[in-house]
Amino acid sequence: MTTAPITASEGSTTAESHLEHGHHPDLRMFGLATFLVADGMTFAGFFAAYLTFRAVNPLPAGATYELELLMPTINTALLVVSSFTFHRASKELMASRMGACRGWLLISALLGIAFLGGQMLEYFTLPFGLTDNLFASTFYALTGFHGLHVTLGALMILIVWWQARQPGRFTPQEHFGIAAVELYWHFVDVIWLVLFALLYLL
Amino acid sequence: MRIPPAIITLVLGMMLVLFGLWVANDVSLLPESASLNAPVYDELFKVLLAIGTVLLLGITGIVIYSLVRFRRRQGDSLDGEPIEGNLALELFWTAVPAVVVLFIGIYSYDIYDRMGGMQSLSMHDHAPREQLASVRHAEPSDQDRLWGGIGIRGSADVLPVEVTALQFAFIFHYPEQNITSGELHVPTGRPVELRLRANDVIHAFWVPQFRLKQDVIPGQQTVLSFTARKPGDYPIVCAELCGPYHGGMRSHVVVHNPDDFSSWLEKTAPPTLS
Amino acid sequence: MTASLTQTREPSPAPSLQPTGWLRYLSFSLDHKVIGLQYIVCGFLFYFVGGALAGVIRTELATPISDFVSREVYNQVLTLHGTVMIFLWIVPVVNGGFGNYLIPFYVGARDMAFPRLNAVAFWMIPPSGLLLISSYFVHGGAAQSGWTAYPPLSLTTPATGQILWILSVLLLGGSSIFGGINFIATIVKFRQPGLKLMMLPMYCWAMLGTSILVVLATPVLAGTLILLSLDIVAHTGFFNPGLGGNVVVYQHLFWFYSHPAVYIMVLPAFGLVSEILPVHARKPLFGYVTMVYSIMAIVILGLIVWAHHMFTSGTPPWMRLFFTIATAFIAVPTGIKFFNWIATLWQGRLALTTAMLFSCAFIIQFVFGGITGVALAQVPFDVHVHDTYFVVGHFHYIVYGGTVFVIFASIYHWYPKFTGRLLNEPLGQLHLLLTVIGFNLCFAPQHWLGLNGMPRRVAEYDPSFTVVNQISSVGALMMAISTLPFLINVIGSAFRGPRAGDNPWRALTPEWLTTSPPPVENWRGAPPLVKEPYGYGHSGNPIDLQTARGRDLWTSQP
Ligand code: HEA
Ligand code: HEA
Ligand code: CUA
Ligand SMILES: [Cu+2]
Repeated sequence: MTTAPITASEGSTTAESHLEHGHHPDLRMFGLATFLVADGMTFAGFFAAYLTFRAVNPLPAGATYELELLMPTINTALLVVSSFTFHRASKELMASRMGACRGWLLISALLGIAFLGGQMLEYFTLPFGLTDNLFASTFYALTGFHGLHVTLGALMILIVWWQARQPGRFTPQEHFGIAAVELYWHFVDVIWLVLFALLYLL
Repeated sequence: MRIPPAIITLVLGMMLVLFGLWVANDVSLLPESASLNAPVYDELFKVLLAIGTVLLLGITGIVIYSLVRFRRRQGDSLDGEPIEGNLALELFWTAVPAVVVLFIGIYSYDIYDRMGGMQSLSMHDHAPREQLASVRHAEPSDQDRLWGGIGIRGSADVLPVEVTALQFAFIFHYPEQNITSGELHVPTGRPVELRLRANDVIHAFWVPQFRLKQDVIPGQQTVLSFTARKPGDYPIVCAELCGPYHGGMRSHVVVHNPDDFSSWLEKTAPPTLS
Repeated sequence: MTASLTQTREPSPAPSLQPTGWLRYLSFSLDHKVIGLQYIVCGFLFYFVGGALAGVIRTELATPISDFVSREVYNQVLTLHGTVMIFLWIVPVVNGGFGNYLIPFYVGARDMAFPRLNAVAFWMIPPSGLLLISSYFVHGGAAQSGWTAYPPLSLTTPATGQILWILSVLLLGGSSIFGGINFIATIVKFRQPGLKLMMLPMYCWAMLGTSILVVLATPVLAGTLILLSLDIVAHTGFFNPGLGGNVVVYQHLFWFYSHPAVYIMVLPAFGLVSEILPVHARKPLFGYVTMVYSIMAIVILGLIVWAHHMFTSGTPPWMRLFFTIATAFIAVPTGIKFFNWIATLWQGRLALTTAMLFSCAFIIQFVFGGITGVALAQVPFDVHVHDTYFVVGHFHYIVYGGTVFVIFASIYHWYPKFTGRLLNEPLGQLHLLLTVIGFNLCFAPQHWLGLNGMPRRVAEYDPSFTVVNQISSVGALMMAISTLPFLINVIGSAFRGPRAGDNPWRALTPEWLTTSPPPVENWRGAPPLVKEPYGYGHSGNPIDLQTARGRDLWTSQP
């Protein structure tokens, strides 16, 4: 198959298949949303496991569920703000101000990277390691799996930011790349909020 | 003279039900029943077998009848009647299975309750626990939590036995007599309470003649109560895959008359305690 | 109208890089029909692997002692057998195989919504299958802890094999999720204009329900296996009681996927039967609307019954009660489907083709398996037979007597579509006869074994069970032999079978309203808008001329 970039002139062709005649809507966002439901179920499984462990498996003496809150709260703020900056980027895109759009994209990516840095910092200052106790393991597994999502998301933002240099690459009509990354980024953000509530606040 | 189809259907249905009842009552598919709850179980089994037989034979009969009766003859290329549904009929065959499964569910709940399955497992105010705890001193209290099982507790007369499962054997310990044995010996007529622990992986304690099984889970103590009914020697089978020798992980439960059991206890008890 | 607009536009002769001829079956093809056949053929290859493993199991069990293979190898064999049969045979074939082939026809499209994702999903399967099988040859051998991989056993058996098993299942799960996303998008969003949901052939509904289950449940399995692998490689203690973990949590998470998985294995089969029966009975599918609702009821109930696999695992009493009732209620929507099929047969004009007969054998055998299932759902009953051959009997009646029989029925039904040639009917009926006898001989006695004290997953057993086990082994041998006429038929007819014409069964579903085999773009010209896929029996004229646009493609007149 050809991998030619989608241009505005191609309209809503799926570009997936040369067999299509263009009378079908673009389903890629729909597919992505379905995928995110699946991804969310992975997290749901983790959360369920965590809550059950917490309800029925007592920690060994000396271990605690208490966590330092300052760093993670700053992190939460970073991630929430990055969702808004990304939203701003989309708005600029809809108004065809590509320069501003790219700027906001970059800010969002940097916020995501700052989040990852904060997470690293937290990892290094935590008093427990991966295998110390059940809570420690669950903590690292959950935040790690989420961190993987943030890493991927930040990378993808940087990719669309790079692609957006090219004039006409994204237009108010055709901007699947940016829309998809935005949806994904919001998803990662929401997951973090749940995770934050469960791990840190509960 | 033609017999009306309704009558034929009725007669066939009645014959089917009678046959189902006959199968349930006269075809023996289960091993010997040697505990007090085994006959209770067998009652449920009979009901399930009767319903199952009627359903399976009924549906098989209708399918085969249709295949013969409605088969297409040579050279026939016409279509059948364009019947697309029938509300009354559909309601009927939604309601009947719903009633049947509801009945089975409630009935088996009752059976389970009679087996002791619905007993609450948090046993803070039960005498046997105190007894056990005092014998098995020095265990952190958290270890006494029961995670599941079947138990009829509260009876003062109960015979507690601690069961340890490990790859690939069961070890039975009688805390009151301080006897440790590779075989389980129990008297008839007296409730036995097994407290099961595993050392390595999950095992399961199963005595087919008692119709009882309970997983033995590492880190999570479970319980299983029963009362033996018939003296004899029955197999104990490990029913959870636990490694290469899982199939060889077997033992015996020997059910004695109460008198024989006492003499077994005396014979086996270590001298220090007797 | 859109359809007439597109009719005038010829498919653009895009320069295709796709290989043609038989080579395309080995390529990264984007054609849904090629991908469907790739799934089916690949699935059959793995079926023979799984069947050969079953042969090892039954040979070992012909004697009460462990003599044919070592105990470790026996456990590896049964683990591989279960995993191969479920993840590489049933799930890919009834979902990916027939789904890819049929769904685009049914929604009136020329391909799936995401053809490239589709090809990726397929091509994840052969490597992960090979990975799984190759784990047998690594140091320590393949995984030995059953297809359920319960910890702590799976943490203590040789790690390499278990890790490869996890990797392979993760890949297969991923493939399944990609497939599910594709089916949901295709069925919900990719229908041709004018085709309403309630006009779709029943298989679409079955695939929609299945795909919802795939998307909701499979990720949980993935997450669980990630935790399990952390326990193995990084020595965390999620499921390791020695480190404070909880083994029962694994079981909950595993069955949260694996119970829905059984409906992932059987709902598509229900859909396929719903396509086959009306054609050969020359009657509309009875109770279309209730069929749709019962599929959705099975989907919802299927998500909330998982703990019936754990009645002896130390679950609290209220949980057992809830899961008993919820499980038993699945019999209601399932029963609706069975009664509807029987009503479809009633007063029809049944062509006793092999496809028809396999479907009827399916009905009877599945009901048997369903009845034992409802019995198993009753806690007190299950306490006795859990983890015994009764359970083995139950699920082989369903997966083999149910799904595999439907796969065979579907091959006999759609083979003319795939190849344009007819299969040999007498040979097919020989296949049916041998399979039915062998199957029942093999698995019916296993119920008795379970009731009387034979646990599952053992290489050695009480000698009093020898004879019954030997009967079962003979049955397995007959099943192995029964594949011979099938293979001869399928391979031979591909070259020498009589030409089928485009529509040998005079069927009304859209895949038959084109040539057999169909052209790359499925229909030359516009796709027909089939509003009544089961419109048999109307005024002797099988197609409604108003709605069937593909009638000009219809060559074999009744
Ligand atoms: C395709 C696969 C498939 C399907 C569809 C089913 C369907 C069902 N299964 Fe089965 N099952 C398995 C595959 C499947 N199962 C497997 C693989 C295992 C073992 C896993 C392992 O441990 O390795 C298993 C194990 C299993 C267990 C656990 C046993 C144990 O380990 O102790 C239970 C317990 O409740 C159960 C129940 C059921 C029920 C109630 C249904 C119902 O859906 C059946 C409903 C259908 C009918 C009832 C027939 C038609 C209905 C009528 C004609 C209406 C009238 C009927 C009545 C009124 C009863 N199954
Ligand atoms: C999902 C589908 C599925 C299918 C189709 C089958 C098909 C068969 N199964 Fe299996 N089975 C499972 C799923 C399935 N099984 C699962 C999930 C388990 C549980 C595993 C576990 O406990 O973890 C299990 C377990 C299981 C056991 C219990 C093992 C134990 O607990 O110790 C047994 C024993 O009889 C068995 C037998 C068979 C037989 C005889 C067939 C036959 O129907 C197979 C017939 C097919 C053939 C015979 C193929 C013919 C082709 C050839 C012979 C060609 C050979 C080619 C070469 C040699 C090159 N299976
Ligand atoms: Cu112990 Cu199996
Ligand atoms: Cu289940």
